[in-house]
Amino acid sequence: MMELVCPAGTPAALRGAVEAGAHAVYCGFADETNARNFPGLNFSPEELAEGVAFAHRHGAKVLVAINTFPRAGAQALWHRALANAEAAGADAVILADLGLLAHAAERHPKLRLHLSVQAAAANPDAINLYAQAFGVQRVVLPRVLTVDEIRAINREIDVETEVFVFGGLCVMAEGRCSLSSWATGLSPNMNGVCSPASHVAYAENSGAQEARLGGYLIHRTPKGAPVPYPTLCKGCFTSPDGKGASQTGHIFEDPVSLDATRLIPALQKAGVRALKIEGRQRSRAYVGQVVRAFRAAVEAAYAGAPMPEGLLAKLTEGQAATTGAYAKTWR
Amino acid sequence: MDLTIGPNAFFWTAEAVRAFYRAVAASPVSRVVVGEWVCSKRLPFWQDEIPGAVEALQLAGKQVAITSLALITLPRERRQTAELVEMGLPVEINDLSALRHIPEGAEFWVGPVVNVYNEGTLDWLARRGATRICLPPELPLDSVARLAEAGQAAGVAIEVWGHGRAPLAISGRCYHARLHDRAKDSCQFVCGEDPDGRDVDTLDGQPFLTVNGVQTMGRAITTVADQLDDLRAAGVASLRLSPHIGDFAAVAAAYDAALAGLPRLAQQLQTLMPGASFCDGFLAGQPGVARAAVR
Repeated sequence: MMELVCPAGTPAALRGAVEAGAHAVYCGFADETNARNFPGLNFSPEELAEGVAFAHRHGAKVLVAINTFPRAGAQALWHRALANAEAAGADAVILADLGLLAHAAERHPKLRLHLSVQAAAANPDAINLYAQAFGVQRVVLPRVLTVDEIRAINREIDVETEVFVFGGLCVMAEGRCSLSSWATGLSPNMNGVCSPASHVAYAENSGAQEARLGGYLIHRTPKGAPVPYPTLCKGCFTSPDGKGASQTGHIFEDPVSLDATRLIPALQKAGVRALKIEGRQRSRAYVGQVVRAFRAAVEAAYAGAPMPEGLLAKLTEGQAATTGAYAKTWR
Repeated sequence: MDLTIGPNAFFWTAEAVRAFYRAVAASPVSRVVVGEWVCSKRLPFWQDEIPGAVEALQLAGKQVAITSLALITLPRERRQTAELVEMGLPVEINDLSALRHIPEGAEFWVGPVVNVYNEGTLDWLARRGATRICLPPELPLDSVARLAEAGQAAGVAIEVWGHGRAPLAISGRCYHARLHDRAKDSCQFVCGEDPDGRDVDTLDGQPFLTVNGVQTMGRAITTVADQLDDLRAAGVASLRLSPHIGDFAAVAAAYDAALAGLPRLAQQLQTLMPGASFCDGFLAGQPGVARAAVR
């Protein structure tokens, strides 16, 4: 069966995900070594060891994301995270940085390596490079590929593939985006944050609600309507065409989230080994609900039953859902 | 410190490309990276200009390299990447997968959209044959200095994003096409209508970003005009100038004069690029859009 890889931002969410039927959970340390470096989230080395022990007792795996790009002069912090993950009994680490992969392959030869989506390995050449150079055994595919392209990639590689099926959606190639640092000085690659809450401001202006990131106005909604979180690539902008007209709207992407539930059978046929759910910043209750729904969907796929429709609609926070790049029309 | 002209990010006509490299060949830069790094669909319209440009640049004494695309997904793009090594020039990899096609130990350059954030990555690339690395534009000066030091030890020249709209993101989706209610596959090459990219403003009209096909750039022109001393002290080998429309050879000449000690580069740039705004926040550890180093 395809492995269901579920997010755990806290030890409670880890236990919740395992109890709800996750085959594997992924989590990170409470520092800038992981790409969800949010206040109040993530694990100490001791919490990780306890989480791993709990997961293993229930037959689940723990994957540790150390997927930011180490800061020059401070690589020791990331090297320590690798050692701590191995000491805690992690089943794999999820890495993005070439230097860190080289360090892991050399100093932690028994540690299983997964390639983070932050490495944006979008074709067989990239994946085979990481497999050959570092012994990477699984790659998390970037969200720029169609199902057909994923099938074609799987024919040319020997490592496992994991794809995102639910939750937040990057519309840019992951790990290759500096939009957040352009506006705030803090980026996913360097700081493990994107459009950070510390730089968000909401205000009311002439009866409208406004949301700014780093001082830049990127959402304006009528009073009473929901105000989306001002993530840059899902913001609202104006673009003049240079001929006197302009367009105002979500130039990059609407405030949508990914839901590829109905594509699970197609992904299975495309040779995908694992399905990933985004959302380490989510509550234990949310994670439990999503995991239960996806476990049911995966089992239905293997039984040849139709995919349950709209199972998770209420969990997308009233936002529209999209199948993203998996359908070619998205481009 | 010397000057490197990076690959043109925009979709220009063959005539514009020809005129650009003719002018650049006579400009005081040490090297030039040619080729398409944003969208493979554009290449058939101007690729016939590449051999002539390479020849003219080499005759003028410039080092020349050929870039890979920044995002390689299609089989056709992989084939094109494999063919780059046959040109007899160093390849500048801007998607790591290009490395698969470069023989082990052969010289290559690394462009600004490959993630080189630390010494470990630099050393690994150096062992594979990298001789030049243009660092990602978002790096602060402290990281630049440490990488320049590591580069010296490993025999790798370090370049910094010196001038031009910073590349901030690349996507599978074409935003230029989307602005025209088209998909990438039916784009009708609308990015060609905006030879310096298309403006994207905030809802209250602040200039903010630039859309260039599948690439998103900063709107303000990033410049190190007021950070030259810091970069020289850090051991940076070269400044990368990224092409824009206008008199780009004059822009390169202004940087060259500033490197030779002439003051007032920032003011000169303002004259050479009327209407442009400038920024330098990334190197200062601030938001990239900020103007931090005004002196």
